[in-house]
Amino acid sequence: MRPQTEDSGAPAVLVRRVSRTYAGRDGAPVQALDGISLHADTNELLAVVGPSGCGKTTLLELICGLQSCEMGSIECAPAALMPQRDLLLPWLGALDNAALALRIARVPRARAREQAAKLFAELGLAGFEQAHPHELSGGMRQRVAFVRTLLSGKKLLCLDEPFGALDAITRAEMHAWLVDALRIQARTVVLVTHDVEEAMVLADRVAVLSSRPGRVVEELEVGLERPRSRTDPEVVALRERALIALGRGSAR
Amino acid sequence: MRRRALHALPAVALVAMLLGAWELYVEYGSVERLVLPAPHEVGKALWDNAGLLASNLGPTAEEVVLGIVLALVSGFVLAVAIHLSPVLRRAVYPLAVGSQAVPIAVIAVLLIFWWGFGILPKLAVITLICFFPVLVTTVDGLASVDPEQLKLLRTLDASRWQAFRFAELPAALPAAISGARIALTVAVIGAYIAESQTATTGAYAGLGHEIDADLTALQTSRAYAAAVVLFVFAIACFYTLALAERRLAPWAYRSRGDIR
Repeated sequence: MRPQTEDSGAPAVLVRRVSRTYAGRDGAPVQALDGISLHADTNELLAVVGPSGCGKTTLLELICGLQSCEMGSIECAPAALMPQRDLLLPWLGALDNAALALRIARVPRARAREQAAKLFAELGLAGFEQAHPHELSGGMRQRVAFVRTLLSGKKLLCLDEPFGALDAITRAEMHAWLVDALRIQARTVVLVTHDVEEAMVLADRVAVLSSRPGRVVEELEVGLERPRSRTDPEVVALRERALIALGRGSAR
Repeated sequence: MRRRALHALPAVALVAMLLGAWELYVEYGSVERLVLPAPHEVGKALWDNAGLLASNLGPTAEEVVLGIVLALVSGFVLAVAIHLSPVLRRAVYPLAVGSQAVPIAVIAVLLIFWWGFGILPKLAVITLICFFPVLVTTVDGLASVDPEQLKLLRTLDASRWQAFRFAELPAALPAAISGARIALTVAVIGAYIAESQTATTGAYAGLGHEIDADLTALQTSRAYAAAVVLFVFAIACFYTLALAERRLAPWAYRSRGDIR
C-alpha cells in the first residue's frame, strides 16, 4: 500500500528518552517532555496525540532542530515544519508561496514556479496558482502550505495541528486530500494533533502522550486500508482505546 | 466618474462649511481685515496672483518632493540598520529622537551659513524632520513580522538575509510609506521654515518666502493665498503617496480596507 523505498529498515525518526524544560512565564522551570521515546519508519505517518500543552509542539521543534534537547537524543533526516497557522506570505501568490523553499535554495524563479505548478496540477490545486492568500479559503491555504512543505525537498515532514483551525467538513476534506497527496508524494510524516479521530483516520501508528510533562502512555498500530471512514468499527474501537489512554495520562 | 465625485462630497461640504463660517466671522466679528482677510478676498488674491504663486510653487514642490524621497531612503536604511544590529539601535535611536527636539529654525540658519542659499540647506532641513516618522514606522514594520514566520523560514533553511528579503522587507515597505505620509505634512512646514530663513531676494524663491515677504508688506490676502496653495499641494502629495502604497504594497491596502 505504501510505496517502499530502498532505505527502509532503519527508522526515519528515532527519539530516545528526550527531556526538555523551558522557563515559564513566571521564570519557574516547566518540564515539557519527560524522557519521551518515539520512532517512525520511512514513509510512515506517525500521529502524536495528546492534551493541549503536553509538549507536542516542543517535540516537533526538537525534531526540526529549532531547539536542542537537554537529555536523550534525536536521530532523523532534516525536517520541514508545517505550522497550524498557514503563515503564507500575503504579498506572494499561491504558487510563489508554495515555491518559497525553492527560492530560498536559490532555484531561479521560473524553474521554481514550474516545479510548484507541476505539484499543483498533481494535487488538484490547478487554477489557484495566481490567487493571493486572502483570496483562498482556510482549507486551500493549508493545502498551499502543505505543498510548500513538500517542496522543501525534505524527507521528513512535521505537521503541527495542521487542520486544527478548520471546520469539521473542511477538515474531513483535508484528510482525504492529505491521504491522496502522500500516496503521490510519499514522505515520512510526524503529525501532532489533539484530535484522536484525525489520528486514527490518517496515521499508520499513533503515540498517545500524557499531559505535561509529556510521556508516551500508549502506542497503537493502525493497520487499516486507506481511505478510512470515521465510522468504521475498527477506527471507532481504536479511537476508544486512545481516549482511555488519554484519560489515564491526564489523571496521573 | 460620478461615484468619484460622490466620494469627495463630504470633504467638499466640510470645506464649504468652514469657508462659510470664516466669511461670517470676518464680516460680523471684530477682527481686523489686515490680520484675517475674508475667503473671497483670499480667492481674489489667488486669482490675481495665479502666475506668481504657480512659479513660487515650483521651488517649494521640488524641495518637498526631493526632501521626502531623501527622508524615505535615509529613514529606511537607518531602520534596517537598527533592526539588524541591537548595538546600533542602542547607539542611534536616542540620537534620532533627540534630533527631533532641536529647534529647526536654529539648525536652518546654521545650515544656510554653511551651505549658502541654494536648495541644499532646505533639503537638509526637510530631510532632518521627515526621516524620523519614516524611521519609527519602518522599525515597527520590520519588527511586526510574526516570530512563527521567521521560525518557519528557518526550517526552510533561509539565511538571515533571505528571512529579511522574503519576510521583513515586504512587511516594512508599506510601513515606510505610511511614515512618509506622516512626514509629508511636516515637510511642508519644514520647507516654509527653511525658505523664510533664507533672505533671498527675487520673485521665485518659494511659497514660504512669498508668505514671509507678503506678511512684511501687509499683503495679507496674498500670503493667505500662498498658504492655500501649500494646503492643496500637501493634500495632493498625501494622496499620491497613498496611491503609491496601493500600487507597491496592495496586500497592506487590502487588509486595512477603505480608510483613505
